[in-house]
Amino acid sequence: MIGQFIGFMIGPFESFGFMRLALVACFALALANGPIGTLVLLRRESLSGNVLSHAVMPGAALGFLYAGYSLAALTLGGLLTGLAVAGLAALTARSRPQRQDSSLIAFYLVSLSFGVLIVAARGSQADLMHVLFGTVLAVDVTALVLIASISSLTMLTVAALYRPLAVESFDPAFLRAVGGGGGVFRAIFITLVALNLVASFQAFGTLLAMGPMLLPAAAARCWTHRVWPTIALATVIGMAAALAGLLISYYANLPSGPAIVIGAGVIYGMSLLAAGGMRLKPKSLEGQ
Amino acid sequence: MANSSDPVRPRRSASDMVRLVRATTAPLRQSLAVSLSVLGDSTQAAFARHFDSGYDPSASDGDRRRGEDGIAVRNLSLRYGETYAFEGLTGEFAPASLTAVIGPNGAGKSSLLKTLAGIVRPTTGEVVCTAVARHRLAYLPQQDELDRGFPITVAELVALGDWRNFGSVRGPPRHLVASVYEALAAVGLLAVMDRQIAELSVGQFQRALFARLLLQDADVILLDEPFASLDESTTDDLLRFLQRWQSEGRTVVTVLHDLDLVRRHFPSTLLLARSPVAWGETSLSLSADNLARAQKALVLPEGHRAGRAA
Repeated sequence: MIGQFIGFMIGPFESFGFMRLALVACFALALANGPIGTLVLLRRESLSGNVLSHAVMPGAALGFLYAGYSLAALTLGGLLTGLAVAGLAALTARSRPQRQDSSLIAFYLVSLSFGVLIVAARGSQADLMHVLFGTVLAVDVTALVLIASISSLTMLTVAALYRPLAVESFDPAFLRAVGGGGGVFRAIFITLVALNLVASFQAFGTLLAMGPMLLPAAAARCWTHRVWPTIALATVIGMAAALAGLLISYYANLPSGPAIVIGAGVIYGMSLLAAGGMRLKPKSLEGQ
Repeated sequence: MANSSDPVRPRRSASDMVRLVRATTAPLRQSLAVSLSVLGDSTQAAFARHFDSGYDPSASDGDRRRGEDGIAVRNLSLRYGETYAFEGLTGEFAPASLTAVIGPNGAGKSSLLKTLAGIVRPTTGEVVCTAVARHRLAYLPQQDELDRGFPITVAELVALGDWRNFGSVRGPPRHLVASVYEALAAVGLLAVMDRQIAELSVGQFQRALFARLLLQDADVILLDEPFASLDESTTDDLLRFLQRWQSEGRTVVTVLHDLDLVRRHFPSTLLLARSPVAWGETSLSLSADNLARAQKALVLPEGHRAGRAA
């Protein structure tokens, strides 16, 4: 019985290289998404994250248009437009402090439409699906190296600059007053988010990239009030969702990216039901 | 691998997990500080300039500058779009003075404080305050500008006040625990030091922020409505800190709305109604004539839009 279960769990990864690559890629993403997703939640910047994930698309699509499925082109293009839109959004936010969410949504829609137009101009329906929803199972060694590098860089940066990143999200005016630097850490953080979205892009596509970042962190937030445990738990939940999603997609013959995101969503739902009741005070929902 | 598919498992040993994470990340967290000491002086200076300019332990032993830091402003204005938050402010908050900034809603009081703190860049004019460059300026925003849902304990919040002694990456100094205890005792919050800030009452949270100010030990202190929605005993307790800070030679500027409180406790007052109506000794600034002028100044054309700039 137990042997069977283990066979059930391990079999697909034993037999197929692409399943192993997908699993390792998802684990690497989960390692980086734990801290980044937690910080995005703490900063109440889920919406900006979503905008960024769509802003990655036009650049990636342009890269695709000129270089085909070249990982370097997709990544560079995605990163460039992602950061450009982040910069533009910061500028608009500065000039009109009251209207931030509507201008963010404008960026989100325009980027997405541009991306779709660019891909449609040259690619097929299948290409469009690939850009929008990703293909975890198509992750190759090159892509895995990229994902792992971004993940390592993210973890090192967060570990080194954890304190100012956390304080800046809680009380930016204080950090500025004590001279800890203000805009620098916001810029670093946004860059990290954009980098991780680019890493997720290959696996989850532009529409789902935020899923593996936000859902595990949101689920972890239900269980603990402290930041480090949230990060650790979010990482573990992200990995669990990836494993479960890949297995389900393998046995039920479903698309893997959505299966993983749904897995994370189910864990989030269970966390809310099991532990979230008492945390769901209106205060903790403000601004989300 | 099978374990990782069970999300509930890590919670059972949450404290072990934390310890494990702490232990494994400790080298990482320290690595930057260590590599800093290995790198040359110029690299260190460059890092500090860009990422950690707040780390300045030498600032602790410098009472010598206290009583010299005022804030001078020249033709200071701030405009949001078409509307001026405040305009044409020239004058000086004298060193070691205790000044109340008062005025009708939308008079630009909070905007002025943000400009003085260097958070907002003025549209015209300049602020001259040497404490800003030395990071010896403390700014207490209105309570609703802070995220009360953030997972941080009272003690951690207060400890942040000692930022200049640990900065972005270094370990906290040994004396930190003692000074946090001292500050918490001074504001009467020792009993709740391990609670999350989300669990505090409005008054307790304000006391915690004052404890952080105590640790910050700044030469210029800017407070935005520090007594809003506090009960009388908390207000009295906190007011005593303001007076103590002034007597220690610090410059304190406080935005307030309670005229009686200002008359009783604040030696000087800036009456602001988008442009300054009166600035000086409280009894002179708050004459009936001036107050009426301040009220009238804001009922003019743009009055209905002024609330935005409050």
